Amino acid sequence: MPTMRGDAMRGLAVFISDIRNCKSREAELRRINKELTNIRQRFRADKTLDGYQKKKYVCKLLFIFLLGHDIDFGYMEAVNLLSSNKYTEKQIGYLFISVIMNSSTEMKQLIIQNIRNDLQSRNPIFINLALQCVANIGDREMAIAFTNDIPRLLISGDTLDAVKQSAALCLLRLHRTSPDSLQLNTEWTARIIHLLNDQHLGVATAAVSLIDALVKRSPDEYKGCINLAVSRLSRIVTSSYTDFQDYTYYFVPAPWLCVKLLRLLQNYPPPDDPSIRSRLNECLDTILNKAQEPLKSKKVQHSNARNAVLFEAINLIIHMDCESSLLVRACNQLGQFLQNRETNLRYLALESMCLLATSEFSHEAVKKHQETVINALKSERDVSVRQRAVDLLYAMCDRSNAQDIVQEMLTYLETADYTIREEMVLKIAILSEKYAIDYKWYLDIMLKLIRIAGDFVSEEVWYRVIQVVVNRNDVQSYAAKIAFEALQAPACHENMVKVAGYILGEYGNLIALDPRSTPMIQFDLLHSKYHLCSPTTRCLLLSTYMKFVNLFPEIKHHIQDILRHDSNYRSSDVEIQQRAIEYLKLSEICNPTVLATVLEIMPPYPEKQSPLLVRLKQKKPLIESENVNEPSSPSTTTAAHTEDGPKLAETAMHLNHHQQQQQQNGLLVSLDIPESNGHYEESTSNSFASLTKSSTSTVQSNKKFLFKNSDIIFENELIQIGIKGELMKSSMHIELYYGNKTNFNLINFSTNFFLSGDLESELRMNMEPIKTTIDSRAQIKQSGTIDCLKDFYDLPKMNITFYYNNIPQKIDYSFPLYLNKYLEKADMDSNNFFLRWRNLEKPNQECQKIFPAKFPMIYDDCRQKLEGFGWSSLTGIDVNSENFCGAGIIHTVSQQIGCLYRLEPNKQANMYRLTIRASKDGVAKRFAELLEDQF
Amino acid sequence: MIRFILIQNRAGKTRLAKWFMNFHDDEKQKLIEEVHALVTVRDAKHTNFVEFRNFKIVYRRYAGLYFCICVDVNDNNLAYLEAIHNFVEVLNEFFHNVCELDLVFNFYKVYSVVDEMFLAGEIRETSQIKVLKQLTTLTSLE
Repeated sequence: MPTMRGDAMRGLAVFISDIRNCKSREAELRRINKELTNIRQRFRADKTLDGYQKKKYVCKLLFIFLLGHDIDFGYMEAVNLLSSNKYTEKQIGYLFISVIMNSSTEMKQLIIQNIRNDLQSRNPIFINLALQCVANIGDREMAIAFTNDIPRLLISGDTLDAVKQSAALCLLRLHRTSPDSLQLNTEWTARIIHLLNDQHLGVATAAVSLIDALVKRSPDEYKGCINLAVSRLSRIVTSSYTDFQDYTYYFVPAPWLCVKLLRLLQNYPPPDDPSIRSRLNECLDTILNKAQEPLKSKKVQHSNARNAVLFEAINLIIHMDCESSLLVRACNQLGQFLQNRETNLRYLALESMCLLATSEFSHEAVKKHQETVINALKSERDVSVRQRAVDLLYAMCDRSNAQDIVQEMLTYLETADYTIREEMVLKIAILSEKYAIDYKWYLDIMLKLIRIAGDFVSEEVWYRVIQVVVNRNDVQSYAAKIAFEALQAPACHENMVKVAGYILGEYGNLIALDPRSTPMIQFDLLHSKYHLCSPTTRCLLLSTYMKFVNLFPEIKHHIQDILRHDSNYRSSDVEIQQRAIEYLKLSEICNPTVLATVLEIMPPYPEKQSPLLVRLKQKKPLIESENVNEPSSPSTTTAAHTEDGPKLAETAMHLNHHQQQQQQNGLLVSLDIPESNGHYEESTSNSFASLTKSSTSTVQSNKKFLFKNSDIIFENELIQIGIKGELMKSSMHIELYYGNKTNFNLINFSTNFFLSGDLESELRMNMEPIKTTIDSRAQIKQSGTIDCLKDFYDLPKMNITFYYNNIPQKIDYSFPLYLNKYLEKADMDSNNFFLRWRNLEKPNQECQKIFPAKFPMIYDDCRQKLEGFGWSSLTGIDVNSENFCGAGIIHTVSQQIGCLYRLEPNKQANMYRLTIRASKDGVAKRFAELLEDQF
Repeated sequence: MIRFILIQNRAGKTRLAKWFMNFHDDEKQKLIEEVHALVTVRDAKHTNFVEFRNFKIVYRRYAGLYFCICVDVNDNNLAYLEAIHNFVEVLNEFFHNVCELDLVFNFYKVYSVVDEMFLAGEIRETSQIKVLKQLTTLTSLE
């Protein structure tokens, strides 16, 4: 332990020791409670606590908080520490604020004022503390408050280096949290860029991160940084290490700064200016050369630091993708790493090579390492390394090596880790289709795939097998033959039954002349699996049987018996029952010609992007979306939404009577949209065409959620949003359900809520973070609380962004949270009601509206709406029993607002008169406006 | 960008948790547990990198302590691996042969060290000499 100086807090050390010595959780809790009581008393009783004691107690509170206990006092004392002029006290104050206080604290203004004082102080240590605090917890308010102070510190000539470093990253934080609120004067641009040239390497290191973020926002404005970054980089990599003593790390000059500079340059295309470009190439060349030099130290730190720079240089080389000599050299370097004894290096080499394989300059060079990569697949102990090997094999695959690679992947699949099997199946399926010279080979592979890893074969995969068979009549009889053979295996995966069922239903006739696979044998074989299958598969098989009725009239009676069987005809599964009944009828009443038309062979599918690629992209959104040169099927031109998959059984038929299955995917929301019955309909594709463009929609809230505590508040073609609310006094717990209505995963999903204007001081919203991906047809939940601080009139704003099929979508929406959500009903008798009614007679307390009825004037409907609105509906108060009276209380954190109402229907005139009185000005008017068009 | 830094011991006790993103308290607890479960099962033959949700964890074990940095998937693994080591060397120097207890008793100082070296989720200062000089100045202050 370091020597205790003046700042050492003995009491704190004793307390920590005590806690550590506690034998049980209970003992610890007792000790903590004792301490909390003690601190609470000190804070309450003793107004004359000195700074040291305050610091000590606040620090203890912090320690207790970090142990996982809630701290609900001491905030004021912590904020007081900020104005101390002793460093140690200030530091603890800032630390407490950074760690414990969330952004919505009421002492925000006070904190901001203290930070401002410190920012303007002459003491650089205080300035730094304030900056570090903003860098830790900075939000929109702070971005606005310090929009001038902080940039000034950054670019001013007489700021200390350490302060500049903090100021740069502080700005970065504010830029990230609220890019709109932070206005950076364009006159500062040049000076910010010039920080790259700062004498102090620490300032440059911090500044690159800021500049990188600003470049991403306005690349043209910051273009000047290219030149400076290249020259700074050049000065570092070509120097001898002695030049940067403080910044040399294990003989590598300024490795982190180099990495950051190399990343900065990846925001731009290769430099246009030939002199800058050749200087950059020289840097990259030098970095590659250095990798070949003998190590200057045996320590892993040395090689790691050197290779950190090397890998980033290779990333830049791949990004520029124009210097073939550099690309090939990079590839050779990585090839050496594949054999290195460090697992880290092998892993990273595989990862980088994946990118190299997509460049036409280095694709061939990567292929030389095929054998090593296959070995990695077999021998690596770390699954993540094997995963990278699979990725690389996929990336390096082309027509010349496809057969080998697919075979190796299939072999590995049998023993592969469960976590990566599904992805491997997809990759094998894609490669074997894309590079198939002979589609019989493709089918062999696919059936083998289903046999080895049936559980991991997603719908898209077996749909695709069927699409390929339907579209290629040269393989149809072969497909029927091997599907039939596959079915004969004693244990047969359900996905195999589906594929074989579909194929035999279409092409069973092509093998029916073979005595080993006569119609009856085919049928018996299929039907022997029927009872082992799930209802969806049974539905598919029923369609197959129906197709058999047409293909093989001689076994029609057998099939009719099956359809008539109780387990189908009276199945508890609606879909099975419906199919059994309808197919039976169809087979009975239709003559062969009609049957032949209805049950005609499926027409070819339109060729579009393979749904498998879409699926693969969804699996790894963050990596794949950046990988531009992804292998794609030749026919692909746009990433159009495809509805290629045969939709289970109904699409196998040209029948129009099968309804879409309704899947109930959550308690609130049913997510399915009607699906097309034919496998491809123009109308469907057109309606989705609009969605392939990025869209931004702004939607006005209609008064959803006004009368109910759960409702669907938003819906379009892609998503549906449901809400549930539960009120506890002034705090509303809400749950939002986001349902994905599409067949694609929605990725990078994020939601933001904004309280603008007055709302900021009227509501407090705390929403939990949310998952960033919504799987196809699934739903995710976001919970949160909204506290009502005082009565409010505007609606919170919400915006939702996500990617649908790689296309950004944005929805701006007014969140339908009206004041009445905080209304709780109140019961009272007639005397009480009128007493209160009369007490509220000032002009602003009352609002009266007379309006025509919009809906049939039904007593129960009105009553239901009024109660749904939140207040009571009291009977026996008004002399006229047709009238409605009631009361409620609005709970806000600061006060309770009483509300009374009277609604008088006039059936002759088809009008209502609504009178509302409330103890707070404006509330009555607001409620009257909300209700006047609702009856 | 660094999303968070965690120092945990083998038993899962957190010795430092520094968050650069706004997480809810429950979520933080969950992340801490998940990271612990993820790194403690790995051995020396494994890489120092693990995929984690939409991010990745770069970690290194020192005696009984795991130093974990959660970064974006396209961040430079080795640079962050060495950033951990650089940080550990500074702690070691500052606390004169750092041990787990130093981090417990001086937790508030550890935060100062972090703020000197990492800020707003980025690497702020990499020179050990500069960092230690600044820390010495701060320790001498009242």
